[in-house]
Amino acid sequence: MEETKINENKKKMEQTKIIDLKNISKSYGGDPVLKNINLYIRDKEFVTLLGPSGCGKTTTLRIIGGFEQPDEGDVYFLSERINDVPPYKRSVNTVFQRYALFPHLNVYENVAFGLRVAKVKNDEISKRVKETLALVNLKGFEKRAVTTLSGGQQQRVAIARALVNNPKVLLLDEPLAALDLKLRKDMQNELKALHERTGITFIYVTHDQEEALSMSDTIVVMADGRIQQIGTPTDIYNEPKNAFVADFIGESNILDGVMIDDYRAKFAGVEFKCLDSGFDKNEPVDIVVRPEDVDIVPAEKGMLKGTVTGVTFKGVHWEIIVDIKGFKWMIQTTDYCAPDSVIGVYIEPDAIHVMKKSEYSGMFGDYSSYSEEFDELSVADPEAEEQTGEKDTEAADE
Amino acid sequence: MKVLSKIYMVIVFALLYAPIIVLVLFSFNEKGSLNQFTSFSFYWYKELFRDATALTALKNSLYLAVASSVLATVIGTLAAFGINRLRSKYIKTAVRSVTNIPMMNPDIVTGVSMMLLFVFAASMPFLPIKFGFVTMLIAHTTFNIPYVILSVLPRFAQMDKHLTEAALDLGCTPAGSFFRVELPFVLPGIVSGLMLGFTLSLDDFVISHFVSSPDFQTLPLYVYTQTAHKVKFSMYALCALMVFAILVLMLLVNFADSFSVGKAKVKRKNKTKTEVKENG
Repeated sequence: MEETKINENKKKMEQTKIIDLKNISKSYGGDPVLKNINLYIRDKEFVTLLGPSGCGKTTTLRIIGGFEQPDEGDVYFLSERINDVPPYKRSVNTVFQRYALFPHLNVYENVAFGLRVAKVKNDEISKRVKETLALVNLKGFEKRAVTTLSGGQQQRVAIARALVNNPKVLLLDEPLAALDLKLRKDMQNELKALHERTGITFIYVTHDQEEALSMSDTIVVMADGRIQQIGTPTDIYNEPKNAFVADFIGESNILDGVMIDDYRAKFAGVEFKCLDSGFDKNEPVDIVVRPEDVDIVPAEKGMLKGTVTGVTFKGVHWEIIVDIKGFKWMIQTTDYCAPDSVIGVYIEPDAIHVMKKSEYSGMFGDYSSYSEEFDELSVADPEAEEQTGEKDTEAADE
Repeated sequence: MKVLSKIYMVIVFALLYAPIIVLVLFSFNEKGSLNQFTSFSFYWYKELFRDATALTALKNSLYLAVASSVLATVIGTLAAFGINRLRSKYIKTAVRSVTNIPMMNPDIVTGVSMMLLFVFAASMPFLPIKFGFVTMLIAHTTFNIPYVILSVLPRFAQMDKHLTEAALDLGCTPAGSFFRVELPFVLPGIVSGLMLGFTLSLDDFVISHFVSSPDFQTLPLYVYTQTAHKVKFSMYALCALMVFAILVLMLLVNFADSFSVGKAKVKRKNKTKTEVKENG
């Protein structure tokens, strides 16, 4: 009995809207960056704002942090309107993208900064700084100059500096973007663990869908200043709302289709059984089939037939590109298929996801021009990111 | 070629420093003569320190240099802070150019215009301005400000904008963030600006010539009046001391600069190191 009560209480706590954005719009010099954003964040949640650069995710975070004021709409913090509350009066702390550590202070003083400003007693400061440094695995680094630390260590100092103030909400602006892949993975796990241990609400901004999927309780997918979808990682992956979300999260084959009737979809010239309903009869729709959900069968047994045009070894699986009636599908399979061989594909009803047509329909083609190399370059190029970052702040200036 | 270039360098330095070396050398000459060096002595130095007017001028010079450089540093630093925060690039460039003009202007123009301004001001009722320390202070502060801005502004520009935001985020008011974060960051620029201003004020003659009064003489003015008619050898001693003082100051300025540059270099080095480590 007792336990269920506690659980209920916990649930109730988690239901508390700690931050509530209502009809937020913002533009820089006539360029709209946020268009009528409505979003609430529950206490103790790990929420990720996910989207490509320029989608407005950082601006949203800066509005919560108090560094930007919305042109329209209201920001609520525990039901209190905080539009005009300056950053130094909000119980929110930020981990900045490039750490923004104070170069003239050592690790200890960087972490102690917020407590010193708040005029906390010295022995209390010393206790809390030590605890927090231990929390981020930086014991013994107190006396080090921050400029002598590696990227990962600087990142930890930045996190400790924010956490030591016991904020209600921690804002993280692409905190791992400047780290290399392996370090990034380690830090993802650490951040997740930190979130569980501290029970602080995390609002995390990233353009890395894999990062978002593996860390978040809730993902908010943004594009062009609008929220495209809010949901759990599995929701977002399995039930994308439109072509943009389907394309941005993971790999997907997005085809034009028609909903003939409930549970009957037609695409690639063939009628398939599916699990979706509630569309008009013969309504044009977008169909998503994830590459790992396609089964390869002998050509004569396939629901569709196609020619293999490309094969890439990925370690865990093969990634093959199959030309089916002119549309290049991506299929991930553990069975090798020789290039130029003709294969059949079989798609289970639950592998088909039907989406309403949206402004993003038709924007994402097949995999005919797909190049892994290009994809990686565009993500891993820190220079390019810095430039977009600059652009952001410049826009913010005007 | 190497030998030639070395000879060339020697010639350049000889031309630059020969007059000063001669001056310093003859300041130690016992006999007051420019033709022959009789024997080494501190006679003219002793003579100099018996000269009450020279000592007053020295005192005036130091007062003025300290006051004007401190004042210019405060004003210049605040100006640099403001210029750095300007949002429009065009206005920023315009303001920077305008602040540079006094630096490019010939001293004589600055001096004459200052004098005219003070004459005009003195003619106004309720503006009891008198030529002397006040006019000198205003003039010296004015010509020092651009140099302070020039040495502080790059530090502000170098500063990561997020540092200020981080300070605000951690509870600092904007003023608190200025004193806790921005000021310490630009301090090397402020120090070199301060020393530069001190030096410039100490050795200014042209502008001072127009805005001073006979009862407020600085060292350069005093030297000029002393050497206008007949060369006094104690002036050699005085000049030698000034050269020495300026030399020490310039070394300090360079030291402050290289200190901050050195720090930045260490930072960059470490960064590449860690990057290599993390990638490897």
